[in-house]
Amino acid sequence: MNGFNASLSNALLITRREVRDSFRDWRILGPIIIMTFFFPYIANVLAGRMIDFVNYYGGGVISTRAIPFLLMVVGFFPVSLSLVIALETFVGEKERRSLEPLLSTPLTNWELYVGKTLAAMIPPLLASLGGMGIYLLFVVGGSAAWRPQAILVVQIAVLTLVQTLVMVAGSVVVSSQTTSVRAANLLASFILVPMAIVLQAEAAIVFVAPDFNSPTGVAFLWMMMIGMFVVAVLLLRMGAAIFNREELLGRAIDSINPKRIGRGIWRNFLAVDDAGNIAHSVREVYARAVPYSLRRLRPMIWVGVAAFIGAFAFGFIVGLTPGYQPTLPSDLMTIEGIQKLQLSERFIDPSYRESVIRGVYYLHLRHIFLGIALGMISFGVAPLILMPLMVGSLGYGTAILMANGITTAPIWVAAIPHLLLNVPVLIIMTVAGFRIGALVTKLPPNMTIGQAWSQALGDALKLGVFVGVPVLTLTYVIELLVLSPLVSAVVAG
Amino acid sequence: MIEANQLRKVFDGFVAVEDVSVSVGAGEVLAVLGPNGAGKTTTVRMMTSILVPTSGTCKIAGFNVVTHAAEVRGHVGVLTEQHGLYERMKALEYLDFFGRIYRIDRDTLKKEALRLMERFDLIEALDRRIGDYSKGMKQKLSLVRALIHNPPVLLLDEPTSAMDPQSAKLVRDAIIELQKDKRTFLITTHNLAEAQVLANQIAIIRRGRIVARGTFDDLLRRFVGEPMMELRVNGSLDGAVEAAAGLVTVKEHGDGWLRFVTRQPERDNPALLAKLIGLGVEVVTLAPITQTLEDVYLNVVNEDEADERIQRIAE
Repeated sequence: MNGFNASLSNALLITRREVRDSFRDWRILGPIIIMTFFFPYIANVLAGRMIDFVNYYGGGVISTRAIPFLLMVVGFFPVSLSLVIALETFVGEKERRSLEPLLSTPLTNWELYVGKTLAAMIPPLLASLGGMGIYLLFVVGGSAAWRPQAILVVQIAVLTLVQTLVMVAGSVVVSSQTTSVRAANLLASFILVPMAIVLQAEAAIVFVAPDFNSPTGVAFLWMMMIGMFVVAVLLLRMGAAIFNREELLGRAIDSINPKRIGRGIWRNFLAVDDAGNIAHSVREVYARAVPYSLRRLRPMIWVGVAAFIGAFAFGFIVGLTPGYQPTLPSDLMTIEGIQKLQLSERFIDPSYRESVIRGVYYLHLRHIFLGIALGMISFGVAPLILMPLMVGSLGYGTAILMANGITTAPIWVAAIPHLLLNVPVLIIMTVAGFRIGALVTKLPPNMTIGQAWSQALGDALKLGVFVGVPVLTLTYVIELLVLSPLVSAVVAG
Repeated sequence: MIEANQLRKVFDGFVAVEDVSVSVGAGEVLAVLGPNGAGKTTTVRMMTSILVPTSGTCKIAGFNVVTHAAEVRGHVGVLTEQHGLYERMKALEYLDFFGRIYRIDRDTLKKEALRLMERFDLIEALDRRIGDYSKGMKQKLSLVRALIHNPPVLLLDEPTSAMDPQSAKLVRDAIIELQKDKRTFLITTHNLAEAQVLANQIAIIRRGRIVARGTFDDLLRRFVGEPMMELRVNGSLDGAVEAAAGLVTVKEHGDGWLRFVTRQPERDNPALLAKLIGLGVEVVTLAPITQTLEDVYLNVVNEDEADERIQRIAE
């Protein structure tokens, strides 16, 4: 048996044991039986009544859409049970004291994690697919005589599968990081609330989708599936990365010590080396602390560069694509055109120029710190969108101007300080924000999630405060005192 | 088989284990004694590669607990402080689950499971759900689980704590038998009599540190002193104390009794008896006072507590 097969076989040992255990518990088995066999019957009766009701008032389209909507509901109810099983998967065993013997075996973290995740998924998923199958038998073979597009049924089934995956993946993460089932249940709202929103969105899509009868299915449902699948994969990676035998038996996220967290971030904010020494002067900050953090970001810098280049290229390509090109007035870049737009008066007005430059300055500052904050809750995706979005719009604008035969050279000249100073800083800050969120999917060796977060946040704040703010301010000053009067002079002729 | 060198474990600034070094060879039993919260379980968890030592090294059956965690776990049998069984399962099903994790083939596994169940007097309970077992039976089943893969090293946390005397004896006998089979044991226990019977080495751990370590006799000598003899006479001592003082070191005496220590009882005891008989003293008994591990333990802990108080005052 090769390594992967051996690991999978070990994981399935756990899965089999836990699934068998679940089916021995009447508190799990009871709801599963009810939701698989009884609930589809109720849904079918409800669908029949609804169809009669809306047809009576001439709302045929609503009745057509109510049936798949109820199919989604029939599928989702048993899936909600997965939350209960998954939430107690680790912490429940810990409370029952049966976790330590399991942790003392040669099973790897991956095997334990995957085995338990699958075990939490299988019973509710079987109930869900079983319930949907029975409901389909009712509505296809019964009086409703529903003849759906096969692709729509597939979409709803896959959607249910992905929803289960997301809920289980999220719940297992919670379960492996809390000290009690009670704490895990309280934290479940972080999974339930987003899922409730997603479910409502899916329901709305099923009712209003213009491409409901499309042979390729409802496009929005595919997009939601892909989005949720990505989230599920990230959650699974995160769960496996932060899964730690030691922490399972030790500390937990349900006790938060703000003072200690603050101290940790502060130490990392000023850290000059791995030994935990900190900078004691501004000189030391720039000589040691900043290079120390930059060195850590260096292997990831390509992510930021690729995001910026990709965003610019994407914007540029969209700008060159017919259908996305607004036609600009042909005289826009002529003196007459500018005068017509009263741009010259505005550019000559120093307070207007200053307000534009200040606006851009504050926008960049906001993006830096917003990127750090959003990076934490978006697996690092938000900073990769936030700052490159500006670059993308720049690419789009450039393409539009070129497509309208307008030279962009003066704009690029005016953007020199931005290109030389701000862009590198924004790339660094994009990567710093990305790292904060992304590290949960692959923790640095020998670090807990708390330590890794504290380090990444300390690094990002350090670079934001000691590099981002000063460089953006320098650019602001150059643009205000040198470039702005120059542009004004050129525009004024 | 167990080689720990300056093990240290710190949890968020709290030092749970400090400078723990032990060496236990094949066929030896190390009993680790100490009050609750002394660091015994943390030490065992480091030895099973569940906790990563903050510093120091530890090798179990030749494997480093940090770099070869899976191999370490494959070579140890662990009895945890809380038995932690899957209560809806039956014993054979439970043992089958753990045995297969250790990649034991089905036939061997079944034979071994039945043999151990028989050995620990559980065979009658094969068809009952584990949830229906008594506390002692559950503990014995946990021990069977720890033994199912025939590990060379066994780390047993309170192996007989929940058992009736008969079951406890069964387990002690099994440990002695396995010891002859060259298995290495580390046992943490509060049962000092059990430790005295089973252990080749005893370590007393307090506030994360080993404060005393050695064989029972070593510890007795270091912390209780030389073996003491007690002489009982009929009536009053009448010059017996003075007569004894010339031969042995009298520690204490009372109405009709005296206690003394001697380095050479073979030489001194007959001489003392002859002298006392010559004086007309009617000797009733002369016997060594039984000293137990409890005496050692209490002396060690009291001594360490006194050191702690002095240290606190100094600070």
